[in-house]
Order: sequence, then C-alpha cells, then structure tokens
Amino acid sequence: MSLLRRRGLWLALLLVMVGCSAPGWMGAYYLGVFTTAYYFSVFAMSWDLLFGFAGEVNFGPTFMIGVGAYAAGLMNNAGYSIPLCLIGGAAAAVVGGMALAMPALRLRGPYFGLVTLVAVLLLLDCIVIFASVTGGEIGMMVPDVLSVSAEVNYWYAFGFLLVSAVILYGLSRSSLGLILQATGQDRIGAAALGFNVTKHKLAAFCVSALFSGLAGGMLTFYGGIASVDTVVSLSITVQIVIAVVFGGRRTILGGILGSIFLILFDELLRPIGQLNTFVVSGIALAVILFFPDGALGWLLRPRDDA
Amino acid sequence: MLNITPLLEVSGLTKRFGGLVAVKDIGFAIRPGEILGLIGPNGSGKSTVMKLVMGIERIDTGSVKLSGTEVAGWPTHRIARHGVGIVFQHSRPLNRQTVLENIKLALLPDSLLRLVAEPHVDRRAREIAERVGLAAVINRRPPTLPFADLRRLEMAKALARDPQVVLVDEPFAGLTLGEVAVFSELIDGFRRDGRAVLLVDHNVKSVAALVDRVLAMYVGQRIAEGTADEVMQDATVRRVYIGGKIEAHPRKELDVKGREALLDVRSIEVFYGKAQALQQVSVHVNAGEFVSVVGLNGAGKTTLFNAISGLVPFTGDIHWATESLHGRSPARIAREGIVQCPETRELFGDLSVRENLDLGGQHLSRAERDAQLAWLLGLFPILNERQRQRAGTLSGGEQQMLAIARALMMKPKLLILDEPTLGLAPVILEQLSKALARLRETTPITVLLGEQNVTFALPHADRVYVLEHARIVWEGDPARFAEEMGTGYL
Repeated sequence: MSLLRRRGLWLALLLVMVGCSAPGWMGAYYLGVFTTAYYFSVFAMSWDLLFGFAGEVNFGPTFMIGVGAYAAGLMNNAGYSIPLCLIGGAAAAVVGGMALAMPALRLRGPYFGLVTLVAVLLLLDCIVIFASVTGGEIGMMVPDVLSVSAEVNYWYAFGFLLVSAVILYGLSRSSLGLILQATGQDRIGAAALGFNVTKHKLAAFCVSALFSGLAGGMLTFYGGIASVDTVVSLSITVQIVIAVVFGGRRTILGGILGSIFLILFDELLRPIGQLNTFVVSGIALAVILFFPDGALGWLLRPRDDA
Repeated sequence: MLNITPLLEVSGLTKRFGGLVAVKDIGFAIRPGEILGLIGPNGSGKSTVMKLVMGIERIDTGSVKLSGTEVAGWPTHRIARHGVGIVFQHSRPLNRQTVLENIKLALLPDSLLRLVAEPHVDRRAREIAERVGLAAVINRRPPTLPFADLRRLEMAKALARDPQVVLVDEPFAGLTLGEVAVFSELIDGFRRDGRAVLLVDHNVKSVAALVDRVLAMYVGQRIAEGTADEVMQDATVRRVYIGGKIEAHPRKELDVKGREALLDVRSIEVFYGKAQALQQVSVHVNAGEFVSVVGLNGAGKTTLFNAISGLVPFTGDIHWATESLHGRSPARIAREGIVQCPETRELFGDLSVRENLDLGGQHLSRAERDAQLAWLLGLFPILNERQRQRAGTLSGGEQQMLAIARALMMKPKLLILDEPTLGLAPVILEQLSKALARLRETTPITVLLGEQNVTFALPHADRVYVLEHARIVWEGDPARFAEEMGTGYL
C-alpha cells in the first residue's frame, strides 16, 4: 500500500514539475495544445468519478459541459464579467445535471446511459433551434477572453487542472469515494449497510457536473467561442470515454494521461493526415485490449503483500 | 420473557409478484437473545420475507416493527440505520480494497460531508475482524481469500453497526463441517449479545441445534411453528418436505461388460496453482450406463467434469470413444456429444423457458428440434406450463429442470449432471428423481452424475465412484455402497 502511494506520488510530482517548466521550453503552439488537453483532462476526471466510482455510465458528459459553456457564454454576452460567468456556467451545469439525474438515476442498467445520451441530443437541438441567441452550428462568440497570451492561458489551464485534480482525487480516496464504489458495485448491499444510495450518486453527479461545467466555461473563454464541435458533440463524449479507459478507469488521474495522449498525438501525427485518427484509435484500442485497467491502472496495480 | 418488547415484530406480511402470492399473512416476533429459524423449500417465500423486513422489496400489506417502531415502507438504508443487519448469502465485497477497508466501509456514517473516517473507525474495524476470525487476513484483498473468509467478511459487515436484529441468509451454505461449527459459535455469540436473530434456511436440520423456535413456510404461507423438534415432527412439514420416500429404481442388469468404454478417464491430475484438485483419477463410463460420482463439496467432482469438458488443463489422458480428448476445444467436445449441465445452471435469465430450450436445439433440424422439444416437455411437465415465463423467475427446482432439459436438447451422447440437487428442497428432489428415472428407462442415454446427496445419487446409478479429497477412494455397485461406504461417507 505504501509502495503504491509512493509510486503514485512520485509520478504525480514528476508530472507537475514537467508541467510547471513547460512554458520555459515549449513553443506557443504546443502550449496551446496542452492548454486544451488540460481542460479536456478535467472533463475526463469528472466523468471517471461517475463511471469508475459511482458505476454509472454517463453518455452525456457533454450535456453538462455544453450547458456550462453556453450558459457562461450567454452571460458574457449579456455583459457579466468572466468570473461571474464561470460561476453562473458551473451553477447551470449543476442544475441541468440534477434535472437530468433525478429522474434518470431511478432507472437501472443501460437506461441511465440512454437517458443521458438523449439529453445531449436535446441540447444539440436546442442550440440549433435557438440559433439567433446561441449562434447555432457556427458557434457563439464571446466578447471577453481569459488572455491573449499563450503562456498566461497555459497557466490558467494548468492551475485549474491542478486544483480540480487534487479535489477530485481527494474525493475519490475519501470515505465518500469508498461509499460511492460500494453503491456502484452493489446497490442493495450498500443500502443494507445503511447508505442512502440515491443521495450519494446524486452527490457524485453534482460534483461531476460542477467540474464539467466549469471546465466548459473556461474552455469557452480560452477559445473565445462556444461551439457544438468543441463542447457538445458526441465525438467529444467518445474521446472522453477513450481518455478515461486509456488512462485507467477508477484512477481519476488516469484521465489526465489519457487526455494528453489523445490530444497530443492527434497534433503530432497531423502530418500523416487522415491516418492520424486511425493510429491514435489503434493505440487506444491496443491499450484497452491488453491493459484493461489502463495505463495508470497498470502502473499502479495493487500487489498483494500477503 | 413475554413482557419484553420484541426487537423485531412482523405481522400480516403479504407480498404479490404479479399474480403470484409470494408471501401471505406471515407474522412472527423475535425477542432479545432469541434465534428464530425461518425455513421452507425453494420458492416458499422465505427469502422474500427477509427482503421485505429489510425493505429491499416493497411490502403490499402488513407491519414490520423494530422495537415498537413501524418501519414498513422505509427505504433499506433507513432500516439498516435503525438497527437491522443482514448477512447476504453471496458476498460481493470491494475487491480493490483490503478486508480492513471493507469492514471500515460498513462503519462509515451516511454523510456526504465527512470525508475522513474518524479514528475510532479503524480500531472498531480491527475489533470486529478479530471477533469474526479475520484478524490474520486483514490486509489481504477479497479475491485472494477462501470462501469461508468471504462469509466471515459478510458477517463482519453486518455486525459493524451493532444491529439489534441480524438476518442471516443460509448461514451454512457451502461450508465444511468444521467451518459450520465455527459459524454456529459466531451466531450463538449474537444471541449472547442480546440481539434478535433470524436464520433463513432450506431445512430444519441444519439450524436445529441453534434455533429457539422455527417457522416453516410453504408456497408463501406458514405451515408450522414451534421448537425445532416440534416442527420436524409436524405432519404437514413432513409431507411437504419428505414427500414420498425416494425409492430405488432398479433396472434389469445392464449388459455392459462386453462393450468398450464410451468415456475413459485415465489417471488424470489437475492442479490449481499449488493446490492439487485431482490426483490419479480414473473413471470410465460405458455406453448406456448411468454412473454416479459422489463426494462432498470440494472433493473434486466439478474439476473432474470440467477436465472432461475441456475447461481445465490436466495431465494424464481422457479417451472418448477411443480418441483422445487432449487439446480439443470445449466447443468441439460439446459438439461431439459430451454435454455438461453445470451446477451453476447457466441459464439465460432474461429469455423465456422456450427460448432457452430452443437455444439448446440450435444445431438440430426443425423436425428433429420439434420432436426433441415435445419429448422434453413431456418429461418435465412443469416446463410445458411455464414455456413463456422468463427463466430467471423460475424457482430453483424449475431452473434445474430447465437446465437439464436444455442440455438434453443438444442430444448428448453423454450427459454430465453436476450437482443437480444443489440448493433444492426434498419435495423438488423427488420430482427431479422421477424425471431422471424416466430418462433412464425410456432412452439409451449415458449419464455421469456428480452428487453430494447420496440418497439422490444411488437409486439411479448402475455404478458408483466415491471421490474424496481429490482421489477416487471407492468404486462399486450401489447395493454394496451402504455396507462398505455407508458410515464412512459423511
């Protein structure tokens, strides 16, 4: 156990140091790539809290991300400052998430996932229908941006990622995380131990929605635009799922590795054109097949000392 | 005693599932330090009663009082918080956490805000582990533990919140005799703590030594109540349980001496890691023979059958109609006519009875399939009535018949039946026994039966092997079994 903790801790420290030093040696272009990857990492971690711990397969992470991004964008267009918009966006994501989860969590098995999937499609429709306000498929420009400097943007994203990672990872290792795992694995068993299963799952959903919405809002003010392709599209969901499974389900931090891998390789392999998605997907598939616990899950796999 | 308020008081409990009345007007009271046995054959509704008390199933009508407080209609977690602990028969611990962490989980408050366990939780978890005998394995993970320790862990979790009422589902299922003694002592400890205990089990015998009173159920209703002795003597209970005596079904001496063996297992050995599961085991089955392999749980019966079916690697050789089965895939072995009906049944719970049977007959031509189906529905009339019902909703006995019928749909040359009586009440055993007898009389089928229950295995057998601790210790005809092995078996 102590070995596991120590190995994980060293790995995390090393990554933080590499992350901190990046602006010193990395060009503005790649700083931008990493900035996106960091926001994406928060999406992935939030999703893992629901899937890996509470055991709920949420096919609608982009519902909460999108609600957060568009709510923040709309508020900004109405003249509110960025911090207020971020808070408003996160709040909207939580409220939207609750509205979705309350009825959906009553359902068992694959139905929860299907409901969340339908929610995303509804959001997509709403954005298109109210194109006069949302910009429809073109996207919604926002007047303010976090910064025009790639380095400053990098620091915003990096700081946000660090805070999110510490909180989400901390939650997953806390008593709450343990209870969540129990409810995810065996509802009746957890209830018989005196845990209000619905309450805990809703809480997990809330936390997941909060960070998803916040990250969606930040991403909007980083790019200056909220668009279907960057925050709502189902292909974003697919990438989140791949990032988590690649990085390691039930590790929270694995989502960061997975996201950076996906987005960085997508960039690095751009010269090979169409083949790049193919290669990235191929690598992801191989990891899922041969290391079902994901990269981090494999690195930190528990070894029984007994 | 009588003026003490019962810790658990149930009255007028009724539950319907669709048209089926699963529990009808059941009532009982358990006082501090008292153990009540709730017994009944499969499908009698005893497990449903336990789920109703725990709030896992919704109560239709009736009352459940905990120390005088009405809890009917409460959600499970509130009932648990109010002092009811349940020991499930099947344990599903958190496999990535240690035993200690699993026990700690049960000690945590139902709070979203308390993120770090209080210090007393660790101490208390260790105390509980000590009490149930898990102290030595406290830092191991559940997948590395033997079955009895997993049961202890369930016990520990149920005890964690110091419940006044403890419900135990089949306390001794799957345990060896030595372990049964240890678990009896643990349950007796609940009594000394002044808890009220409800033991749910198939038969009186296994809980007789422990219980103060027994309530016997059959098809959802109370049929008898009293001390273990009274209930065992009760005429209704005896009729429901024992039914007619299981008779022998002798058949004319089979002329198998001259035939060559259909299946010939030659000194095979199987290892699971370091543990030897089979040691120099040789068994042969001639065409048309009904051979029983009897042995207690853990003797190696399932391992033997899995080796024959190609599911576990072995050394030695297995010949099937003169060809070696070495290196053949399980699918090919099944296609060549060795069909196993595993003890876990492996039915498709969401498919109907008919669909399960049709799946078994997939490779047959339509006419063949229809003929086989008609024959099987005649052999197991209950399946005929239940054709459209989902397999998962059948009672244990019906599921077993369906599993056998599905295996027979494949028109096996050799049918391997692994522990078909597992978890079945005697009244069902008799039906099953009759079906096997008809099967043996009316078809030329060859059967290899693995059983713990000797009284079930013997009447049908032409020849018997006794498997004990991975070795064959006796072989002979059933008539000689009683005098040569009768006392030594148990």
